[in-house]
Amino acid sequence: MDKYTLTHLRQLEAESIHIMREVAAEFENPVMLYSIGKDSSVMARLAEKAFKPGKVPFPLMHIDSTWKFSEMIKFRDSYAKKMGWDLIVHYNKEGYEKGVGPFTHGSKVHTDIMKTQALLQGLTKYGFDAAFGGARRDEEKSRAKERIFSFRDSFHQWDPKNQRPELWNIYNAKVHKGESIRVFPLSNWTELDIWQYIRLEDIPIVPLYFAKERPVVEYSGALILVDDDRMPKELADKAKMKKVRFRTLGCYPLTGAVESDADTVEKIVEEMMTVTQSERTTRVIDFDQDASMEQKKREGYF
Amino acid sequence: MDTNETLDIKTFLDQDEKKDLLRLLTAGSVDDGKSTLIGRLLFDSKRIYEDQLSALERDSKRVGHAGDDIDYALLLDGLKAEREQGITIDVAYRYFSTNKRKFIIADTPGHEQYTRNMITGGSTANLAILLVDAQNGVITQTKRHTFLVNLLGIQHVVVAINKMDLVNYSKEVYDKIVTDYKEFITGLDIPDVNFIPMSALKGDNVVDTSKNMDWYHGECMLEFLENVHVSSDRNFDDMRYPVQFVNRPFEGFRGFASTVASGVIRQGDEVLALPSRNKSKVERIIGTHGDQEYAFPPQAITVTLEDEIDVSRGDMLVHPDNTPRADRHFEAILVWMDEEPMDPETQFYIKHTTNTTKARIDDIRYRIDVNTLEKTKVESFGLNEIGRAVITTMKPIFFDPYEKVATTGSFILIDPVTHNTSAVGMIIDKLSDSELPTRITDMDREKIKRGEALVSEQERQKRYNQKGHTLWITGLHGSGKNELAYTLEKQLFDLGATVVLMDGSTVRSGLSRELDHSPSDRAEHLRRVAHVARLLNDQGIITICSFISPDEDIRRQVKEIIGQDRMHTIYMNADIDFCRKNKPDLFEKADKGELKYMPGVDEEFQEPKQAEITMRPEENGKNPEKIIDYLNRQGIFPAE
Ligand SMILES: Nc1nc2c(ncn2[C@@H]2O[C@H](COP(=O)(O)OP(=O)(O)O)[C@@H](O)[C@H]2O)c(=O)[nH]1
Repeated sequence: MDKYTLTHLRQLEAESIHIMREVAAEFENPVMLYSIGKDSSVMARLAEKAFKPGKVPFPLMHIDSTWKFSEMIKFRDSYAKKMGWDLIVHYNKEGYEKGVGPFTHGSKVHTDIMKTQALLQGLTKYGFDAAFGGARRDEEKSRAKERIFSFRDSFHQWDPKNQRPELWNIYNAKVHKGESIRVFPLSNWTELDIWQYIRLEDIPIVPLYFAKERPVVEYSGALILVDDDRMPKELADKAKMKKVRFRTLGCYPLTGAVESDADTVEKIVEEMMTVTQSERTTRVIDFDQDASMEQKKREGYF
Repeated sequence: MDTNETLDIKTFLDQDEKKDLLRLLTAGSVDDGKSTLIGRLLFDSKRIYEDQLSALERDSKRVGHAGDDIDYALLLDGLKAEREQGITIDVAYRYFSTNKRKFIIADTPGHEQYTRNMITGGSTANLAILLVDAQNGVITQTKRHTFLVNLLGIQHVVVAINKMDLVNYSKEVYDKIVTDYKEFITGLDIPDVNFIPMSALKGDNVVDTSKNMDWYHGECMLEFLENVHVSSDRNFDDMRYPVQFVNRPFEGFRGFASTVASGVIRQGDEVLALPSRNKSKVERIIGTHGDQEYAFPPQAITVTLEDEIDVSRGDMLVHPDNTPRADRHFEAILVWMDEEPMDPETQFYIKHTTNTTKARIDDIRYRIDVNTLEKTKVESFGLNEIGRAVITTMKPIFFDPYEKVATTGSFILIDPVTHNTSAVGMIIDKLSDSELPTRITDMDREKIKRGEALVSEQERQKRYNQKGHTLWITGLHGSGKNELAYTLEKQLFDLGATVVLMDGSTVRSGLSRELDHSPSDRAEHLRRVAHVARLLNDQGIITICSFISPDEDIRRQVKEIIGQDRMHTIYMNADIDFCRKNKPDLFEKADKGELKYMPGVDEEFQEPKQAEITMRPEENGKNPEKIIDYLNRQGIFPAE
């Protein structure tokens, strides 16, 4: 029987590919939301596999808050080019022109305008009826019940009471005009699965995940990278070189670094298995209330 | 030293990559300790990070139920509303890992009103943990959960007899529960049933073997979950490949991408495409890391064929000597998932593998009471109700019984208006098409307001000197009913009546030309005829319909469509020998099996119980006159 067994990674891979093909077949205008993080990198790789030897039949869209780490942007552009993806970059023009940012407006306002609003704008602008996201159920308690096909009304809102049951691998893809779905093909992956798969498949990820000497300052109880000159000078002046890495990537003023020596995938996994602190605590915005994630989801942010 | 450490983690990862995956379902009544068990599995397998734990200590003080101890159950609750109610009400998926296996737990609530959640969670599970409170023993809930697990075809069950600490870790209590449960499941078809005495709260036999129950020599829960053998549960015999996505990225490449549903597909295999029945050979199998020689479930692959045959999404590739049933008519166990009760008139979308078409529920055989397993005849299903139903789809689907191939035996019904998943089904394949009832009337459509004619019925009667009625002649092939029909038409015409005649060959060559003679297609064919007759009757025209129409139930429905007092059934009662002599070629073919569905040969002809007129073909010389006389007496022609 052994020749007919699949490892857990290969089973997860097959499941994700099945979901992506189903969406490509049933929806008119899907898009893959690309956050440039490790989960997005895995998701993009799975899409490439699902449709090879052809090109992936939907574009990547990056919602640029305009405050991302510059290394992320560099990585995004070179990856999309190398793999032949159609890449859409959308940002909230109005917010940008008004100079909205975390240092001046605080994390809440910034996230709302430059991420949530920008995402909704992007989805509406191109009329996407399905959007892949790289969220996993094990990331956060309130996600344990999230569907793989998550329905949004015409205002992109999520109603926890109005979600459809998902059985076997049959997904109900019927939507009315204007409604859409968010699809989470990595729902059943855990953080460890993601790292193992990156290792197994040798998937490129943004170098910020690996430990290196970097200039950081302490800000709101987190270690923040001095990434560009929009950081207030009095803060930037306090920068010190430290060997750090990032466990999640987002807007640089909102993403805390951890001191670490892990400069390979193996060492990262080792650190993860022995250092007991969940990855999300390094993201500043999550120090809100417990159910904040659910609130954000209702409003249309993942 | 540094290199040493790296090597260690490498070895660890190399091994860890090879572990497999077990999907399990947990079910129990409220307070049996399900959340505590799951929390402990997650916690003790060291998959809970420290900060989740500290958040947990905070939470425990706020709403916890377990005094000052850590309440494992709180690790699990997600959505606010549920937490406030203090019960879990959806399917929550939890993940943990050991170095042997990754586990996905579908955590579902136990109440009867959450039957649908349990069905959802169980649909992907290899194994079910059923919690039993040692103080209460086997209760109705346990039986209901067992029934659902059995319905879903889950092959492995672990009965976790929990709270043993509250019964002094007593072997007698345990033994009694085991005996009771075993007695209950005789007759159910669950191949692998296991029992573990446990205390989720104290940790006995969850992750570590209990010191308090030395009389128990079996595995503890985690050990059991790590070792249970599930890969042979999959079907490797019957190859089914429902095409999901046709990949034609450039000239010269046409790949059929999908997930292998069951069986093994190999390079060089001869395959048959359904529904076209075109054959070809497998040229390449492209997997997730290059070409592969063969593929098995649940691999996601892309197949190319040697010949350019037409295959699209929803079609299926199979081996020519092992095909699924292809039919529009079948029976299934339905579970009603929608808050809205079933409306028998709804035309649902049915999604079966990658195929979507329309479907209607013809008949509910019975509803099963999930507690007592009693069967009751009902007209419709409400939320969480389960029963056996007959379904007809618009296009044929390619299916197997659920117990043989779950992927080709399962489907969902989608409401055409709300798009909710209204019901889910598991196909049973016991009865042949011809034994299933069909429904051709559609009350809902009747309600559509029709245009109001400016010409009244009376005016039409006066103009034509007749009433628009239908003479429906039923009888075997070769019974002489067409001869009667044509002579009757001629004589009525000569008398000045306005008549339209319809018979099998004329309608089948046009209006019903895509339909075959299977009972469900035959029903559709007659439905069309009935509606045409009704239209003509509405216009004041007399119709003569000459159709075998062997099924009493269908004739009854035809009458409902045309109108109870407008249709007159004429039974051409011919002996079978007479018919055979009359149409020897046809009957000979049917005898040889070259023709299927021939009433009087391989299909029953049901004599009409309430025919207005019965005739013998030997008297066909006089028969038309008798009918004309009947029309006269009834005031149909000439109209009185
Ligand atoms: N004494 C004892 N109490 C238990 C055990 N397992 C669970 N409990 C308690 O039973 C109550 C219900 O447990 P919980 O896990 O929330 O049950 P659920 O409703 O099935 O999820 C809680 O107060 C638990 O602490 C056990 O093995 N022994």
